[in-house]
Amino acid sequence: MTFGQATLEAMQFAMDEDPSVVVIGEDISWGGNFGQFRGLVDRYGHERVVDMPISESLIVALAVGASAAGLKVVASMSFVEFTLGAMDEIVNQASKFRYMFGGQTSVPIVLRASDGIRGSSGAQHSSSLEGMFCNVPGLKVVAPSNGNDAKGLLRAAIADPDPVIYLEHKKITGQRAPVTEGDFTVPLGSAAVVREGTDLTVVSYSNMVNHALVAAEQMATEHGVSVEVIDLRSLIPLDLDTVARSAMKTGAVLAAHESWAVGGFGAEVLAQVREAVPEQSALRTARLGAKTAPIPFSPQLEPAVVPGVAELVAEMRRLLAV
Amino acid sequence: MTTTIPDPALDPAQARDLLRRMQTIRAFESRVEELFKAGELPGFVHSCAGQEATAVGVCSHLTSADYITSTHRGHGHAIAKGISLGAMFAELYGKATGACRGRGGSMHVADFSIGMLGANGIVGGGFGIATGAAFAIRYQHRPDVAVCFFGDGAVNKGTFHESLNFAGVHQLPVVFVCENNRYAQFTAASRTTAVTDISVRAAGYGMVGESLDGNDLLAVLDAAGRAIARARAGEGATLLNMNTYRHSGHYVGDAEEYRSRDEVANTRDTADPVARFARHAVDSGLLTADDVAAVMAEVDEAVAEAHRFALDSPPPDPAGALDDVWTVGVPR
Repeated sequence: MTFGQATLEAMQFAMDEDPSVVVIGEDISWGGNFGQFRGLVDRYGHERVVDMPISESLIVALAVGASAAGLKVVASMSFVEFTLGAMDEIVNQASKFRYMFGGQTSVPIVLRASDGIRGSSGAQHSSSLEGMFCNVPGLKVVAPSNGNDAKGLLRAAIADPDPVIYLEHKKITGQRAPVTEGDFTVPLGSAAVVREGTDLTVVSYSNMVNHALVAAEQMATEHGVSVEVIDLRSLIPLDLDTVARSAMKTGAVLAAHESWAVGGFGAEVLAQVREAVPEQSALRTARLGAKTAPIPFSPQLEPAVVPGVAELVAEMRRLLAV
Repeated sequence: MTTTIPDPALDPAQARDLLRRMQTIRAFESRVEELFKAGELPGFVHSCAGQEATAVGVCSHLTSADYITSTHRGHGHAIAKGISLGAMFAELYGKATGACRGRGGSMHVADFSIGMLGANGIVGGGFGIATGAAFAIRYQHRPDVAVCFFGDGAVNKGTFHESLNFAGVHQLPVVFVCENNRYAQFTAASRTTAVTDISVRAAGYGMVGESLDGNDLLAVLDAAGRAIARARAGEGATLLNMNTYRHSGHYVGDAEEYRSRDEVANTRDTADPVARFARHAVDSGLLTADDVAAVMAEVDEAVAEAHRFALDSPPPDPAGALDDVWTVGVPR
């Protein structure tokens, strides 16, 4: 099944289990922009699957207020850029409610947003903004790379008492892959070693993991280099132990993502790994992310800004001098 | 000054209680203002002195199962909803016993156990939260309501439109209460708002709108009572424009160069909601002058006791500064 269908299964398990789970969003009863919500309205009705006006601030604030009154709201924000219209509600309300009010309440909401490049979607429909969310205390941030994790992580996100930003990459939402049947969760804060290796660790998440797996294979066949690939799956909480263990084994870490390298989450991962690894001087590190520009439209320009397999291979070779 | 609406059959006990609650807000704000000016309180505070009738008149119709959202000028709403006076005073000192354990302060006083979903430092921050609470009430088939307090400065935020539109579409059990004190911080509403009677906007959202003298407790009781009854009966949302006036500046210490001394003095004298209601209660025979004096003394003692509680309370332990950022799952 597709990544999107896998998330639909997770939604159904959550909604069947807990009548307080409600889904809201623009065009939600039509299935959302990528069909990830298709059929939910037939199963649960318009009371529980609520079409929202194009009012992003309200979508998030409604979720926060409803959660204070006992609901668990999953809100589709559509494209991740549209969360920016609700940044006040995300940063000043959702993320701060628990702390600022002295632990009186939790904010069990999930904000689902489609990010990443899909091919010529232009500057306002191609961004990856996880770095901004990871900079805000109180939020959790999830970015699956495949349908199986998408299902398990969404189930965990809905069950979680804190606000979770759930980022689903547009390029892979329709991608088909085997997904474990039945109900299961992938715990937040559990990274996966998706390819074992000994010479270099690539730390990534979302669709960049898939590029990293291709690049790792290329490094093995063309350069005889053994690359370990770690899929963080959730950025906050961060499974630093898994990354640090791998770093100590390989001695070299490349943090890679589609979002901008400057001020990006890759830099944060590398800093935390350096703090966690005893012999820092022996550790070689590099980061790879989008160059500092909005994502361009032209099929020739887009890959000049956002890295893919070729850039991953080049950066790995530079780091290892092979 | 007489009230504009005939007394809706208050009995002496009710009148005494209403006066006590309004005077509690007034005395609390007066004490806070003195302490802040003396450098005793950290941070900064916004006094709602002069706006007691809106808070008390509306919250008199609410139970602890109903919700309110409040503003940066939120002490009165919290008191009217029934927060512990000591816990609020302690919060203003940033003490461990504060309503938010010292994390929130004056602008973030909250008590979720009584449906007080927080004062809010973001102007217009409460619209969507109250609408969301009302959405949950509807979904859960509860008889409760949500009330959103906001100032006239908030009505030009996009959240006003987004929330009232949705509340109108779904006929949600929410009452939007504009405490129209004529100034958005330091700027007169006439400079920023095309139509200063906010209630006329209700028509654009398919809800009932009403404008009233928000310094007249009886008028507030009447209009809020009807709006809340409609909400409980499933008849949808209401937008109430309550004209009022804050006695102090935007914040305590504000030089108030944007409004004339004459305007302030005149309005304070003529519009003071506490004095007006006390006079009405005496004139209509509900209370005697001695009753009023007894209420004042009782309130002074309660505020003094809350202040003593705050002073005697321990500060929070810095070791807990990172507690409660997340509920679970993220190591400190």
